[in-house]
Amino acid sequence: MIKFENVSKSYGESKVLKDLSFQINQGDFVVLIGPSGCGKTTTLRTINRLIEPDSGTIYIDGNDISALNPVELRRSIGYVIQQIGLFPNMTVEENIAVVPKLLKYPKEKWQPIVKDLLGLVGMPYDENAHKYPSELSGGQQQRIGVLRALAASPPIVLMDEPFGALDPITREALQEEVKRIQKKLKKTIVFVTHDMDEALKMADVIVFMSGGKILQMASPEELLQHPADPLISEFMGKHRGTVNINANLTAADFMKTRVLKASGSMQTLQSVELMRNRDVNSMIVLNEDDTYAGTVSLDTIKTHGKAGRAIGEFMETGVPTVNLKEDARETFEKLYTSPAGYVVVLNDDMSVAGLITKTSMAKAMGEALWGEMIS
Amino acid sequence: MTNLMPLILEHLMIVLIAAFIAVFIGVSLGILSYWVRYLDKAILWTAEIIQTIPNLALLAMLMIIFGLGNVTIIAGLVLYALLPIIRNTYIGLESVPSHLKDAARGMGMSRLQRLMKVEMPLSFPLVFSGIKLAVVNSLSIAVMGVLIGAGGLGYPIYRGIQTGSVERILTGAIPVVLMALILDYLMSKVEKRLVHKGTRG
Ligand SMILES: Nc1ncnc2c1ncn2[C@@H]1O[C@H](COP(=O)(O)OP(=O)(O)OP(=O)(O)O)[C@@H](O)[C@H]1O
Ligand SMILES: [Mg+2]
Repeated sequence: MIKFENVSKSYGESKVLKDLSFQINQGDFVVLIGPSGCGKTTTLRTINRLIEPDSGTIYIDGNDISALNPVELRRSIGYVIQQIGLFPNMTVEENIAVVPKLLKYPKEKWQPIVKDLLGLVGMPYDENAHKYPSELSGGQQQRIGVLRALAASPPIVLMDEPFGALDPITREALQEEVKRIQKKLKKTIVFVTHDMDEALKMADVIVFMSGGKILQMASPEELLQHPADPLISEFMGKHRGTVNINANLTAADFMKTRVLKASGSMQTLQSVELMRNRDVNSMIVLNEDDTYAGTVSLDTIKTHGKAGRAIGEFMETGVPTVNLKEDARETFEKLYTSPAGYVVVLNDDMSVAGLITKTSMAKAMGEALWGEMIS
Repeated sequence: MTNLMPLILEHLMIVLIAAFIAVFIGVSLGILSYWVRYLDKAILWTAEIIQTIPNLALLAMLMIIFGLGNVTIIAGLVLYALLPIIRNTYIGLESVPSHLKDAARGMGMSRLQRLMKVEMPLSFPLVFSGIKLAVVNSLSIAVMGVLIGAGGLGYPIYRGIQTGSVERILTGAIPVVLMALILDYLMSKVEKRLVHKGTRG
């Protein structure tokens, strides 16, 4: 457990950290995010004493770290930086073994560690251990950067924008690997980024900083639903639409409202004409008081309809209906089992609010996940 | 020609002894300039001043301290060799990319461990080229040793000047030039072997 208590830091006149107090629980993946210059890196580097605060105290597992030997402290905390920082004069194996060697592990102990770790990221030992960093791709280099931080099994790992310089595909692969490793090895990870996607994907807890202060510290879910500051909502940009993905999506969010409706007294041929004009193959039939009565499709008209009959006489009533406020999951299940391939959404007064088809459902889900769709 | 060999060996000996001492002192001072803030200016500045003292004047001053003989010329060579070695060590250490220094610190290396495991290996090419320059310079400066009673190839050259014999001058000068070429070549070979595979080009 890491605990900040009234931690402040200034460079000359400018206050970089302003009286920070917060706590990171063991095994959590904590992401520090915020605009450039807000103090994320500074906060991170106070944890392994690469930066000493002017005032305040940082505790790790209850120990005031300013009382510990900084060199020994750093050996017990993993550290990964954006520029990767592999030592070019050392092989992959030597790089990974840096901290174990500083801790005087014998070779019989550190070599198996190197092998295990390389296996963890799918880089076979025999192929990679004796290469120099310059012979690896950027993604491979940062994998080694991460392994180097893990080699002496530190319970805490600090990562400062570790994937910032990687291409999107490599970044995604590494995000998944790190998340998997973190879960598997139960590490406490403090991770700096200014990419909200990355934060939402990786974090158990997001710490949103601005101007040397914490604006909000919350789970990704909480941050999405209740951003505590306009700056946070702005930072989330395209994620703003996703607010209610699990919690409160209802049938109303998925339906299309432009649907073809007609009174039950409408005659067969007229309704066929209407459906052809709108390029649809079914329509909703209403009672005299505009409440929902049933549906007719071109197919039913072909088999049962005769010119001059009212559609209300042979309409179907088997299409599922849902209330406007029905939750998303129920709605989805009804849609999935509907023989007609759609469900009818009703207002409280039983008038028709809209239709949900598989297409409208998919579109709405897409928007919820990835933001506004173009068409 | 038969009596030239001892002179060549003595010349080489003087230069190599001076080089070893200069490397030891120069690299140490280079590291000190890198480690101790504000000391860098003082050290580099002093070494530069020494470099600008004319050979004869410097040797004369050293002669007052060390008397006549090889010790004086060795001391002079050391002083001249210091600047390129200190400067290249200092610049080499300073120019190790800061993210590597940061990583080394973050891994929990002490200052000495950072120096030995990361900073020196990475500055090695520059340090070594400083040493090479110093050695090659020393070969020709060592010729001045004859004026303060030291041995080496200065003697035949000096005699040649006195007797107006170009042949004698060349007898001394050609081995100096050849030695410079050979040493330069050998040291470049050594450099290639020592510079780490990972840091090369
Ligand atoms: N050594 C220093 N001397 C003076 N000012 C500094 C120093 N280090 C950082 N700062 C300032 O402190 C502030 C916070 O810096 P920090 O590196 O923590 O920001 P950050 O949130 O990590 O930003 P970024 O997203 O750009 O990496 C910045 O305004 C920066 O200019
Ligand atoms: Mg930063």
